[in-house]
Parts: sequence; structure tokens; C-alpha cells
Amino acid sequence: MARTEAEVGERSEGIWGGLVKWIDDRFPMTETLEYHVTKYYAAKSFNWWYVFGVLAFVVLAIQLITGVFLTMNYKPSSEEAFASVEYIMRDVEWGWLIRYLHSTGASFFFIVVYLHMFRAMLYGSYKKPRELIWLIGMLIFFVLMAEAFAGYLLPWGQMSYWGAQVIISLFGAIPVVGDGIVEFIRGDYSISDVTLNRFFALHVIALPLALIGLVFVHIVALHEVGSNNPDGIEIKENKGPDGVPLDGVAFHPYHTSKDLVAILVFLMIFSAVVFFAPEMGGYFLEHANFEPANLRATPEHIAPVWYFTPFYAILRAVPDKLWGFILFGLSVVLPVFLPWLDRSRVRSIRYRGWIYKFALTVFVISFMTLGWLGVQPAEGLYVLLARIFTVLYFAFFLLMPYYTTIDKTKPLPERVVYHG
Amino acid sequence: MGKFNVIARLAAAAMVLATSQSFAAGGAALEHANIDPGNIASLQRGARNFMNYCSGCHSAKYVRFSTIGRDLELSDEQLSENLMFNAEKTFETVEVSMPEAAASRWFGVAPPDLSLIGRAKGADYIYSFLKGFYVQPESPTGVDNTVLAGTSMPHVLWELQGFQRAEFSEHTEDGVATRHFEGFETLTEGSLDTEGFDEFVRDTVNFLVYIAEPIRSERRTLGVWVLMYLIFFWIIAVMLKKQIWKDVK
Repeated sequence: MARTEAEVGERSEGIWGGLVKWIDDRFPMTETLEYHVTKYYAAKSFNWWYVFGVLAFVVLAIQLITGVFLTMNYKPSSEEAFASVEYIMRDVEWGWLIRYLHSTGASFFFIVVYLHMFRAMLYGSYKKPRELIWLIGMLIFFVLMAEAFAGYLLPWGQMSYWGAQVIISLFGAIPVVGDGIVEFIRGDYSISDVTLNRFFALHVIALPLALIGLVFVHIVALHEVGSNNPDGIEIKENKGPDGVPLDGVAFHPYHTSKDLVAILVFLMIFSAVVFFAPEMGGYFLEHANFEPANLRATPEHIAPVWYFTPFYAILRAVPDKLWGFILFGLSVVLPVFLPWLDRSRVRSIRYRGWIYKFALTVFVISFMTLGWLGVQPAEGLYVLLARIFTVLYFAFFLLMPYYTTIDKTKPLPERVVYHG
Repeated sequence: MGKFNVIARLAAAAMVLATSQSFAAGGAALEHANIDPGNIASLQRGARNFMNYCSGCHSAKYVRFSTIGRDLELSDEQLSENLMFNAEKTFETVEVSMPEAAASRWFGVAPPDLSLIGRAKGADYIYSFLKGFYVQPESPTGVDNTVLAGTSMPHVLWELQGFQRAEFSEHTEDGVATRHFEGFETLTEGSLDTEGFDEFVRDTVNFLVYIAEPIRSERRTLGVWVLMYLIFFWIIAVMLKKQIWKDVK
């Protein structure tokens, strides 16, 4: 929205005002800042579920900054990669801290993103008119998975090597072109220096660029339609005479001051892991990855990093390799369709009936149990459990058009519920 | 090998992962090492043990003598007189003189670098492994190990521990025979008694765990300060938030 000369003039006092005006005449600085920050109104009734978007942004920043410094000392070569990581851990000034921030950041990225996605499911944030935000978000999630997977190969430890070997070979289950795809990804007949180099290129250039671009578009799309809220009603429908939503408060300073509290709580938990348990019992840094990649010795225990285990458990639950791969792929992709699978008239769980509440609970239990099963033996009771929870996982999505239609919803309030 | 076999093997591997903390591949339960990472004297003895008994065959090629000196409170003179058998300068790393190709030929597999063994296997594993050698006449080295069956490592510490025999009980369930480790029986006494040998191994393991991550104690100390700072900053942030939100009704 263009502003009149008088409006601009008001703030153009003093030397800073002069500079601001000079820039504003040439670049929409104040306008952009107001649109996205100081005059972006979001519901005052946000609860703590609404901090995970900002936290994901914080983790992205941590990963980008620490990643730059790691790249200064890391050597993407199968001969030198492992040693260069140890060089960073032992000889580079503060290298150990930079590396732990980055390795811990990888796991926390997924923790935060999973909670961010769950928030959307709690309050129907993906529903019209926010479908595109959700779609872009899912794309971010896919790129993040690829980014994490590529990054995990770089230390060139036993688990880096064999984990990548297993995951890449999954594509071999695709009929006819499978083996070709596997070879295309590796760039070689086995995982080698060639694979390491291309994964490095993807991890430090291609995928981060895609990630930043998508995050930018994600936020632009969000600010176009406005944030959802725990009641799932539009705050834009109740505006004051000044055109400001009555239930909205500006992103800055209101939501930023609230987010700062959340960021600090997050950093406390994050630092506790970085400084006191960077391996996190072998879940964030797997024990076998402290041994250099050995092409002739398969480690006794191969398991993907924890954030992939729910999908991995689904893969293993299916006795056929092609169908296992298909269900594995579907389990990752299905959430994309949530905006169209969910036929409920209301967005927020607060006004949904018991059926959706029950279904969402079952989904959460299924996802977490599958994650746990992903590191358990694929035998006996565990296989049975994996199959049961795989069915429940898929049922949550596939039956959604039905149960959200028949679910009895409660009447929506006129204004957001806020207790001050 | 088919791709599904890989997956099946993975599945089996994942199974072992769940139990790997408390049990070793040989089936014997691991003993607790009870190391004390803050005990400098123990670490110094461990360094001495490592250089005298391990470093002939095993390198620790990411570890610098100067780092050991700094953390274990040893002067450059003490380092070069007591620990640096094949190194000139303290910034050098702990290398092994034995050529790798020859080592592979002699042992079947070159003895692994031990810089990170403490993080890869854990203290309990190494502790139980070093105490787990038993007489096995059919083995080329004359010994086998309860923790890592079929190891190509000879019983390096035999002079200290002596030789022992391992008792196993056989179980057959569903047609699968499993061997269960029951206990050791001493055959010949070593120069150290049982307690003395346990202490010797414990110090050595303590040192191995230390070199796997020399920064460990420093990061913990720093972590306390970082958390204290964050808590202080958090209190201010909460007050700021309350102030800014006080008019929002």
C-alpha cells in the first residue's frame, strides 16, 4: 500500500528520519517492515503451540551459521572427511561447540517442525484459505528430510555410510527403473567419494537455498491470508474503525516479546543437550558413527536417525519390498492432502466433536509408537504392532473425509476466547 | 544379496541396537566400568598404561600429546619422558610404529585406531573386553574373548592378569543352540591380584573415554554458565513480555 507524502514526512525527522526517507523513496523498507512486522496483526489468543514456527526459524539460523563455520574446516573427501570432523572436534577453536550445535540442531529441527505441524492439525491451520501455506510447509518438510539425510553422510562414519546405503537402495524396489535411480543418486556403483561430494554439494548449496526460498514463500503466503488462532475463526471479520482486527495484536512488539520468552526456554533445553548430552544416548549422534566408514564391515546395528524411524517402521511392517516402499512413500506424502481430506466445518479442535479428537489421539499414539518400533527388532510382537499402527496411521488420513463429515461440531464463538 | 535381504538384516541389526547397551555380541553381560572422569591421577595412570601396553599396536591418531598434557596436568618434560615413545614434539599425535600392511598380515586385520573407541563402544564394553580374555587352544592367539568372540587381539595383559578359563552352559531352545557365559576360573595368577587388575583396566578405560572426547569436562563446566545466563535473560524476557502485554485485554 503506497503511503502519502505527509505520512512519510511524519517519521522523517532528524538524521535517521532523513535516511529512512531516502531509502523509502528508493526501496519499500518502512512499508515492508510495517506489512510483515509492526502492522502484521495476529490473534492475541495465541497459546504456546504458536511458538514453533518462530523456533523453526531460530533453528534454521543456527544451522546456517554453524554450517558455514563447519564448511570452513570440513573436507568432503572419503579419505579425509572423518578425520576433518575430528579435527573440528579437537583442534579447531570452538569447533566442538559449532559441531555440537549443528548436530543437535538437526534433531531439534525435526522436533520443532513436527510440533509445528501438529499445531496445524490441532487448530485446522491447513484449512481454507491456508491450503497453500500447508503445501509449501510440506515441501519445506521434504527438503528438510533430504537435507538431513545428505548431511548425515558427511561425517563418513559407519552409520553415515551404511545408513545411506540402506536408504538409497530402497529406491531399487521401484520396478524397471529402480536400479537406474539408485545408481543416479549415488553417481557410482556403490556409495563412494563421488556420492560424498554430491551430497556435500546438495547439503551446503542446493538444499539450503531451496529451504530459504521456501521458508520465505511460506511466510509471504501466511501474511497474505493472516495467521490462524486456537479458535480457528477469522480475526479479520471483527475490525475496529481503524481497520485493525479487534482481537489482533501487532507481531512486533507483542508476539515478538512473547516469542523471545519461548526462544529462551527453547535455548535452555537446546543448550542442556549441547553441553551435557550431545549424543543424547546415541539417538542424536549414533555410537557406530564414531567409527570411520568401513566398506568391508557392516555394523552390527543399523538404524536410521530417530526422526525417520516412524516412516521406517512402516516400511518394515510390509512383507513385500515394493509395497513396503510404496507405503513408506505414501506415509510421508499423505499429510499433503490434509486440507482436502478434512471436511469439517470448523477448524479448531476446540469446536470439533469427539470423533476427531479420538482420531487425532490415535494418530499421535500411532506416530510415536511407530517411531519407537523403528528402532526395535522387526520380529514377533513388534511386527504385529508395527502393522497395527501402520493401519491406524493410514486410517487417520484415508477415513478423514468420512469421520470429519459425520463428527458433530460445536457452534463457533463470535470473537476469540482470550483470558488475558 | 537382494535389497530386501539388506532390509531384513537391518531389521535384525536394529534389534541388537536395542540391547547393545547392556549386552555384547558374545552374549556375556557387560560389567560396569565405574570410571571416574574427574580423577586426574586415574587418567594419568591410564595414559601410562595405554602408552606401555596399547600404543605398540594401536594408534590414537587424532589425539595430541599436548592436549593430554594440558588436561592431565603433565609438563612437557613429563610427557616426553613418560609417554612419548615415538614422538619428538608435544603437538604430535599418538601414532603407531607398526606398518598397517604388516599389521593386517600378522593379525588378519590391522589393530583399530583407539581415538574414539570410548565413544563408539562405551566404557563398559572396553572394560569387559579387556577382562574377558580366556584360554582357547583352537584360536591362533591361544585366547578368545567373552565380549568379542573370535577377536584377533592376543591377551596383551596376560602378565598382569594371568590366564583364565571361561565356563559356558549350553541351552537348546526351538532347535537353536545358544551358549551362555557362566563365569571365569583362574588358571594361572598374574602379577596383579583381581582388584589390582580391575583398577588397572579401569584407569585404562578412563583414559580411553577421555581421549574420545577431551573437551567433555570443559563443555560441562561451560554449560552451567550458559544455562545460568539463559535463565537470567529469560527472567528479563518474561518481565518485558508482561510489560508489553499489560494493556492487552
